Amino acid sequence: MINLCLMVRTMSEKSVTRRDFLVKAAQGTAMAATGGLLWVYLLKQEARAHPYALRPPGALDEKDFNAACIKCGQCVNACPFDTLKLAGSGADLPIGMPFFIPREIPCYLCPDIPCMKACPTGALSPELKHINDSRMGLAVIDLENCLSWKGLRCEICHRECPLKGKAITLETHPRQISKHAMFYPIVNSDACTGCGICEKACPTTEAAIRILPHKLVQGKIGDHYRLGWTFDTEITQDFKPSDAPPPTPSIDAVPKGKAPGQDYLNEGEL
Amino acid sequence: MSGPGTYQARTDALASSEKVHAMTLGQRFWSWRYIVLRRICQVGILLLFFGTAHWAWELPAKTPLLSGNLSASEFMGLIPLADPLAVLQIFLTGHVLQTETLLGAAIVFVLYLLVGGRVFCAWVCPVNMVTDLAGWLRAKLDIRAQFHVNRNVRYFILAAALVLSAITGVAAFEWVSPVGMMHREIVFGLGVGFLALVSIFLFDLLILKNGWCGHLCPLGAFWGLVGKASLVKVRFDKTTCTHCGECAKVCPEPQVLNLKKLEERGVVWSGECSNCGRCTALCPEGSLAFDLRPLIRQHNARSEHSGASS
Repeated sequence: MINLCLMVRTMSEKSVTRRDFLVKAAQGTAMAATGGLLWVYLLKQEARAHPYALRPPGALDEKDFNAACIKCGQCVNACPFDTLKLAGSGADLPIGMPFFIPREIPCYLCPDIPCMKACPTGALSPELKHINDSRMGLAVIDLENCLSWKGLRCEICHRECPLKGKAITLETHPRQISKHAMFYPIVNSDACTGCGICEKACPTTEAAIRILPHKLVQGKIGDHYRLGWTFDTEITQDFKPSDAPPPTPSIDAVPKGKAPGQDYLNEGEL
Repeated sequence: MSGPGTYQARTDALASSEKVHAMTLGQRFWSWRYIVLRRICQVGILLLFFGTAHWAWELPAKTPLLSGNLSASEFMGLIPLADPLAVLQIFLTGHVLQTETLLGAAIVFVLYLLVGGRVFCAWVCPVNMVTDLAGWLRAKLDIRAQFHVNRNVRYFILAAALVLSAITGVAAFEWVSPVGMMHREIVFGLGVGFLALVSIFLFDLLILKNGWCGHLCPLGAFWGLVGKASLVKVRFDKTTCTHCGECAKVCPEPQVLNLKKLEERGVVWSGECSNCGRCTALCPEGSLAFDLRPLIRQHNARSEHSGASS
């Protein structure tokens, strides 16, 4: 009897310590999980603001830039025009990383790219050899508020553009009866660096030409369109989409040679 | 020397404490010498960064003196410096940084390996000024402990920072670090990072004594791990110590002054010691002093020898 009591007591003692251990472990895990989730939420919240930030020349893609930038501000120190700023905490942009606001101070496209050279981590990639190859953003024109598109002789953006004639071209529409002559500025994305000198120069109260990150404004037509009328694609009868993925029709479903709409146009039957 | 617990030992300890309390004003000022040096060092480093960013300090001519901030910088256009923990986090996101940063991190790492890992905390980190103020005010106002938090929590936070860096793909601690916030916003301009500092100040003052630096900061934890191997240490002389405990009263990490371990090893062994110099300057018997680790063994052997012979 005494033995049994003793056993029960030791068992219960044991189970209490085991219980304690399990509870401690659960508490620790709960703490870690709660803290970890809060932390991750904070990080995601910070990173989310990114699509609106304009980064210095040579900046890596969003994800890589977020990871690789060490937030040291050496690019900011190196910028001779005070264009670059570091995002403060609590701002709209992810903490501590360089950005610029073209309407305040645009990037003046230093040919020696001092900001990129100052970057110790490679977040501003040294693969950028010529400043004109940088793609900080893309100029976008608000046609409704652009003075030139209203028929006034403005074209300031075109004249100020460091890649005038390439990044911004003028499309002229001579005067017709009872109409203005029009000089439309057109942005060409293959040359626009996103420096923002046009946005800075735009005389409207709110800039009618603005720099936005490419991913916010640029569409993509996809590979399946063939533009037969462009100069780099010759119009031929025997056009074969050799670089297109091979068609994978379900052969079994359709009798061989009788597939409707397949190639009969090119087989000389018509 | 009489053994602990005896009447003689207690009288010795009381006499030592008495010496601390009876310090003249001059002696008291002198006992603050490391605090003054630390403030000069902390503010000086901030000033070098600030001057380079805002007043274009140059040395040599046409070369920025100290460009960047504590995360990464370049000294005199020649020596790269980088925060090894930040680099480690970025590495875990899957990005191998340029040689310049890796070299900078190695230089900083070796530097603190020599002078003591948490020398960063006490002599460089700007947040230390805030937490020291909170700690001082807390002692002045005699605010008692509210609850106990294990000081090893910081190592778990450090581990979490590394794991979360790998998971989220951004340097987890760098994105929320109050150390980085404070330094960046002093050097580069405005933000609401001071709110984080206010909360750290209030936390340290009212909630947990030495709460941030002594319990939570993963950067301090990192340097604490590095500091275990450091060259500059505080040596402990058991032949002169009277166990008065004045050192532990001023120490922000009093667990490093565990008397049993000190007597065993003859040195403040733990990496959690930040070499702040509070105890060395205050010890009324001169039992605690900065020394180089290889010399400490010799010194202790010598003093034990002379203690035994006298």
